[in-house]
Amino acid sequence: MIRLEKRPQPSRIWTVATPVLAVALTMVAGGLMFAALGKDPVVAIRTIFWDPLFNEQFASYSRPQLLVKAGPLILIATGLSLGFRAGIWNIGAEGQYIMGALAGAGVALALYPLDAWFLFPLMVLAGALGGWAWAMIPAILKTRFRTNEILVSLLLVYVAEQVLAAMALGLMKNPEGGGFPGSRNLQHYPAAANTELIAGTGMHWGVAAAFIAVIAAYVMLTRHMLGFQIRLAGQSPRAARFAGVNPNALVLICLGLSGALAGLAGMFEVSGPAGRVNIGFNQGYGFTAIIVAFLGRLHPVGILLAGLLMALTYIGGELAQFMLGIPAAAIQAFQGMLLFFLLGVDVLSNYHIRLGRRRVA
Amino acid sequence: MDLSAINPAVLAASLMVAATPILLAAIGELVVEKSGVLNLGVEGMMITGAICGFAIAVETGSPVLGFLAAMLGGAALSLVFGFLTQVLMSNQVATGLALTLFGLGFSALIGQGYVGIKPPAMAKPDLGPLADIPVLGRILFSHDLIVYLSLGLVVAVWVFLRFTRPGLILRAVGENHDAAHALGYHVVRIRLAAIAFGGACAGLGGAYLSLIRVPQWTEGMTAGAGWIALAIVVFASWRAGRVLLGAYLFGGVAVLQLNLQAAGVAVPVELLSASPYLVTILVLVIMSADRGRAALNAPASLGRVFHASN
Repeated sequence: MIRLEKRPQPSRIWTVATPVLAVALTMVAGGLMFAALGKDPVVAIRTIFWDPLFNEQFASYSRPQLLVKAGPLILIATGLSLGFRAGIWNIGAEGQYIMGALAGAGVALALYPLDAWFLFPLMVLAGALGGWAWAMIPAILKTRFRTNEILVSLLLVYVAEQVLAAMALGLMKNPEGGGFPGSRNLQHYPAAANTELIAGTGMHWGVAAAFIAVIAAYVMLTRHMLGFQIRLAGQSPRAARFAGVNPNALVLICLGLSGALAGLAGMFEVSGPAGRVNIGFNQGYGFTAIIVAFLGRLHPVGILLAGLLMALTYIGGELAQFMLGIPAAAIQAFQGMLLFFLLGVDVLSNYHIRLGRRRVA
Repeated sequence: MDLSAINPAVLAASLMVAATPILLAAIGELVVEKSGVLNLGVEGMMITGAICGFAIAVETGSPVLGFLAAMLGGAALSLVFGFLTQVLMSNQVATGLALTLFGLGFSALIGQGYVGIKPPAMAKPDLGPLADIPVLGRILFSHDLIVYLSLGLVVAVWVFLRFTRPGLILRAVGENHDAAHALGYHVVRIRLAAIAFGGACAGLGGAYLSLIRVPQWTEGMTAGAGWIALAIVVFASWRAGRVLLGAYLFGGVAVLQLNLQAAGVAVPVELLSASPYLVTILVLVIMSADRGRAALNAPASLGRVFHASN
């Protein structure tokens, strides 16, 4: 008989070891899935996790992509992790990402063809504000009317997608685009373009922002009062109340911060790698970032590593699609599986596994 | 703009069809939440049901087998959630999200070969003279079996929760799992059964989308229906009858906005398309603003992890 006994405190060793274990288990399960699809599992796993980094033929293209994809994931996940720690569930980062992108691109398109140094900083500000404002809707509804922030933030993703469609087909449509949907390409607009900072590395302003966010979140969580309050509210809401934590303020701050970071990620994406506002330019980073946040144990440094790993599955997935004909959806299922395993093996850090017969009390 | 083209009887009939997937998913989730479990994976189970049902219906040529497969698929996926949350005691919110993310990817994977195929049609029961009654016949007696099944399910769940002993036990588990455990009820087993029931209902609802409502398979075709079902359970303040009301209210908005789009009303199409989500948010706000009503019926152990200490 196997029986679980709650640990007084989560095991430190397992807290670090479980994500690694989950990744390993996912590779095994994913291998089985690829085998079921009729592909060689070993080749498939190697193509996803090894070739993008070390294959001579692909690495030169793939390595820079790692930062391009990891940047928005880390940026969004860092914001989400703050709320998740405090038990505030913002799962609508995808919508905030879209609104941030629209706000940032909107500023650039409205001022086109202005060529000024302050245009890009203005766009950054607008992007953060756009995401922040969209996240404030569930936040204010939660604090004013106690409406469930999970459902509202998620439903607003679908609304944001409609706003995006309206913009791509209407207000932001390229007047010189020959009637096709989509805005001007911001990469062809030097004052507004989010260009590579160091050629050939994939390092753009969004990646820099992601690193800054990770450091800021780390400092805040370990050194600042707000970080302490966030951790306290998550571990014991009652104790937090007695310690003078204002739960409503915490909701506004956590949702606002995560919204602003998601908005920033969207803005850096639309002015950089994506280039233009168009239907479906959002690639689900807002949802994948949820996996990244959990894989990184809601810890800034963990998120940094998890974001890189998840970016690798994106790139490796594309490579596997191209080389082996593994469908793109398989990677999505693979990422979902990772979250399953991660949550499953968590039992090891929170409980002792005891073998032997249960004693009757 | 020509609003006279909108026939109220047809509108009411299509309202019921539009509401059925959400009604099925919501009534299943109601039972799950009544047992004290918050499964946010409704969307993932619905889309898995949609593709399982579609694939089996196409392969066998039988929509009935398709619906059965959808229920099995939804229940199987929900038991993954059940295993993680009840046995390994993982966080229910996060696991539910994982279920949705996995379901969306998994369904897209299976659905690769089924894009653009037309599923076999489901025969409608012939209700004879009833269907010929003017207006009422069109609204009430011209539907397929699943619509009636969904209505029957609402009644059955209502009777089960309100008048039967197992229903009482299920509610007891949802209100206070420690007390139910102390009385000797198998909390985990009861919850697993409720979770599987919810999964089967969500799967059925998803298959109704892909086999009858649309009928076609496209990636991500549930488009938030599962989340709306979750919202409807809150709106219904955990009562079966109100779930019906909420689902039909939502169906009404969904059908009306489609009709308005077709009639070319001078409102942006995107605003109309977003209206079901906006209405759902609005309804949630109204319900939760009333402190007493919302809190009164929520199962007290909802979302809490149960761990028998000995």
